[in-house]
Amino acid sequence: MKEDNEPRIGVFVCHCGVNIGSVVNVPEVVEYAKTLPNVTYAEGNLYMCSSEGLSKIKEAIKKYNLNRVVVASCTPRTHEPLFRSACEEAELNKYLFHMANIREQCSWVHSKEPKKATEKAKETVRMAVAKAALLEPQTEPEIDVQPSALVIGGGVAGMSAALSLANQKFKVHLVEKENELGGKLLELYKLYPNDRHSSEVLEEFVQAVRSNVNIDVYTSSTVKRSEGFIGNFKATINHEGKDETLDIGTIIVATGANVLKPHNMYHYGECKNVLTQLELEKLMKEKKLGKPKNVVIIQCVGAREEKEGGRNYCSRICCAVAIKNALHIKELVPEAEVSILYRDMQTYGKDFEEYYRQARENFVQFIRYDVENPPEVFTRPDGKLAVRVHDILVNATIELDADLVVLSTPLVQQEEAEELSKILKVPLGADRFFFEAHVKLRPVDFATDGIFVCGTAHSPKTIAESIAQAYAAASRAGIPMAVKRVRTEAITAFVEESKCTGCGTCIKLCPYNAIEKDERGIARVNDVLCKGCGVCAASCPEKAISMRHFSDAQVLAEATAALGGTQNERV
Amino acid sequence: MPNSVLVIGGGIAGIQASLDLANRGTKVYLVEKTPSIGGRMAQLDKTFPTLDCSICILAPKMIECLRHPNIKLLTHSEVKEVKGKAGKFTVTILKKPRYIDSEKCTGCGTCMEKCPVKVPNEFDMGIGNRKAVYMPFKQAVPLIATIDAEHCLYFTKGVCRVCEKVCPSNAVSYEQKPEEMNVNVASIILATGFDTFNPSTMSEYGYGRFKNVILSLEFERLISASGPTGGRFVRPSDGKEPEIVVFVQCVGSRSQRGEFPFCSSVCCVYATKESILIREHAPETQVYIMYIDMRAIGKGFQEFVDRAKKEYGVMYVKAHPGGIAEDPVTKSLQINYEDMKTGKMKKLKADMVVLCPALIPKEDNKKFAEAMDLELDQYGFFKSRDELTAPIDTNIPGIYICGYCQSPKDIPESVAQASGAAARAAETIVCTTEEAKA
Repeated sequence: MKEDNEPRIGVFVCHCGVNIGSVVNVPEVVEYAKTLPNVTYAEGNLYMCSSEGLSKIKEAIKKYNLNRVVVASCTPRTHEPLFRSACEEAELNKYLFHMANIREQCSWVHSKEPKKATEKAKETVRMAVAKAALLEPQTEPEIDVQPSALVIGGGVAGMSAALSLANQKFKVHLVEKENELGGKLLELYKLYPNDRHSSEVLEEFVQAVRSNVNIDVYTSSTVKRSEGFIGNFKATINHEGKDETLDIGTIIVATGANVLKPHNMYHYGECKNVLTQLELEKLMKEKKLGKPKNVVIIQCVGAREEKEGGRNYCSRICCAVAIKNALHIKELVPEAEVSILYRDMQTYGKDFEEYYRQARENFVQFIRYDVENPPEVFTRPDGKLAVRVHDILVNATIELDADLVVLSTPLVQQEEAEELSKILKVPLGADRFFFEAHVKLRPVDFATDGIFVCGTAHSPKTIAESIAQAYAAASRAGIPMAVKRVRTEAITAFVEESKCTGCGTCIKLCPYNAIEKDERGIARVNDVLCKGCGVCAASCPEKAISMRHFSDAQVLAEATAALGGTQNERV
Repeated sequence: MPNSVLVIGGGIAGIQASLDLANRGTKVYLVEKTPSIGGRMAQLDKTFPTLDCSICILAPKMIECLRHPNIKLLTHSEVKEVKGKAGKFTVTILKKPRYIDSEKCTGCGTCMEKCPVKVPNEFDMGIGNRKAVYMPFKQAVPLIATIDAEHCLYFTKGVCRVCEKVCPSNAVSYEQKPEEMNVNVASIILATGFDTFNPSTMSEYGYGRFKNVILSLEFERLISASGPTGGRFVRPSDGKEPEIVVFVQCVGSRSQRGEFPFCSSVCCVYATKESILIREHAPETQVYIMYIDMRAIGKGFQEFVDRAKKEYGVMYVKAHPGGIAEDPVTKSLQINYEDMKTGKMKKLKADMVVLCPALIPKEDNKKFAEAMDLELDQYGFFKSRDELTAPIDTNIPGIYICGYCQSPKDIPESVAQASGAAARAAETIVCTTEEAKA
């Protein structure tokens, strides 16, 4: 970029096919843009994000010697990186780019009022141009990345992630709160699809982890504290009562889930023959099932309905688990009658349907009930347990003898997750599971760089699904560690030292602990920790703190333009 | 030892696997059979459960693939032969001729405007037309035209050559020949995706005979702003807005009578999404979903279905239709079904029926299985080395699978598995490099 301060702005207005173009009069907006101060060039394009559109930007930067670029199109959340890199390819610092959203904020919300939408698009462009004129180039600091990972949780997801990272030759610290590795696999009986004993499968994983020189295992350990940022975390582990601080590059959360205890439902806890699915697994594992003649399994207990103590989501795995355990009961007690009372049979995917068929062939009885008319567990006068259910497929109410009632309850978040989410500063969703950065396209990333999630800590899933997701987390965590360096945020706060009185207001308010006092008592911002939230700048009584890329002058210029001003009035 | 990986399939799974590997410094050859990457996700209007515009969140990733210095995009190309083993595969790739010089083409579209030949557009599920010289869709990556020699007048009859005359960049090249190239890679990732089952063989649904019976992917193109109707959701028979639309689940899937016994895993929730889209476009239109079991099994999906019921008034009917009949005059439809809740036979009139067909593994999987000695399951999905403990691995070390070609799954699961396959490929590179040193 040439070193001249006179802004030469290029404005590119996108039709987004019909998304913008069918409502907003794009040629009119282009013509309007040409009349704005500092605008050297303006054009419209069907899709600015197409490779053709991007080439147009690059060509115009060269041809008209542009030193600022405004694209009026969709949302910067998805498209800003793209346009920024087009600017960089044309040797323009990417912070000299600014985006005006005329799709979400104009054509989509005002689709019935094309005239007004066009006016609003013009105003939005005017604001963007006003800000662009005052933009300054910024740099993103590069930092080193420690090639070591902290994996929290020693279940099958955590062990899989640890093994993959270790095979990629990174150091792994695997932390497990219990005194042995294995998580929920420790409690399961035999596993789908090949009926291998859980203990046997687990043994293979533990062997592989224990014998891998790149993995340090910390059992009976918890994460107490975590400071720092991607590439340079300092995590404090409490290991068998002693604190130990580790230098960590990336963190994977694989803390797993628990099974909902269905208190106040179907006499659970009051009646010893009413169990959860997991308790049944344990009975079979410990060879304590006995010889029940009649077993009734009830699905969706505390799941898929608004009910106190329950959850409104589907726990995904319970139907297949119920089928599996029904078949195992039949195997252990061939004369047993097993019934599964269900609402919708969740035998998704390519193999569970076949499993469902197999269960029907093995005389497992499937009875469909309606959420409005749930089964009832009761004790007969002779003291024996029974279940009454309205079968909607035959439209009749029936009573089933039950030596054992097994309740399929959903997987729920671990109690400790709340605390861990605070320690790592990563969020939980409405369902209390860890909440990823983007539901569709970033399923194992957190919004915080360098921290990832996998397994049932993220949402209910099968063992195979947890393993696949663990590898995903190992891939994502492996990227910065393989590259060894990452670029960090350029939009950070900075302190004008002559104005700072050292009052410490900013230090107290900063949510990222990014500000401290230097030896002179003046506030100093750690650029890597700072996320650019602006709390400090807004609250500094001396106005000593400014935000890069969001300076007061820039924001006021935008506001002035919004109110009709077309000149950049310096503030 | 090559520090490179071959990825087969340019849908969201192949794209994600490629980006993860490229971003860690691995060279990637991304081979896509069609002229553009993007796959099925590019065809979708919105995605569940967030109702994000599908192409809007996908396009940045597609372009990142194009621009990434570590990714070599090989579109309109096919894998011919694979030799060798983990750490050192040699792959022969056939670059099919586009009959357009990709260095010169700017994607301006002038040739497409002037080409006189109309061909049903595969990308729009055959609803609209494209030309014999075409780009599959507006955000195609790379944005380069391709001449379809099967329909081009010059190739079929030796006449026309209009595209050559109008191209401002002199990019048309009728003499282009197929090219073969060999690449050396340490690992291979398969992400071939799915096809939709064509239910015209199941006469009870009337698909293919009744104009207003359409498939769900056709629906996606009909409701999409970039689709053949510009997002106007209308009946194919008369262009009128439907007042009653019925979605039918499990068409050819979960079938015990010879079609596809498995569950496609995504239909219950995408039908919910499509119903919400209709209610947003035309709040007066009534929407029914006929289902056997409501499988809202992913994160936030049951909540999404609950929202469709409460906020959007989508009506869910536990039923599987026995037959669909058409009124020969109005072209409206009548669905005969057994209401599973009451056991009674009922009738429902509809202006349109959207069938949710089985999503099935690609035919091509057989070819790849043969070329690489891979095992397929009885349906044609690639078989995992161990369904429980090694879902991403195949029976051949160094070759990995992800996305729908391994088993039915939705977008986030495909993305996660694709990243997982990238991790396995990265492990293979590290391990085989060390072995070679030792």
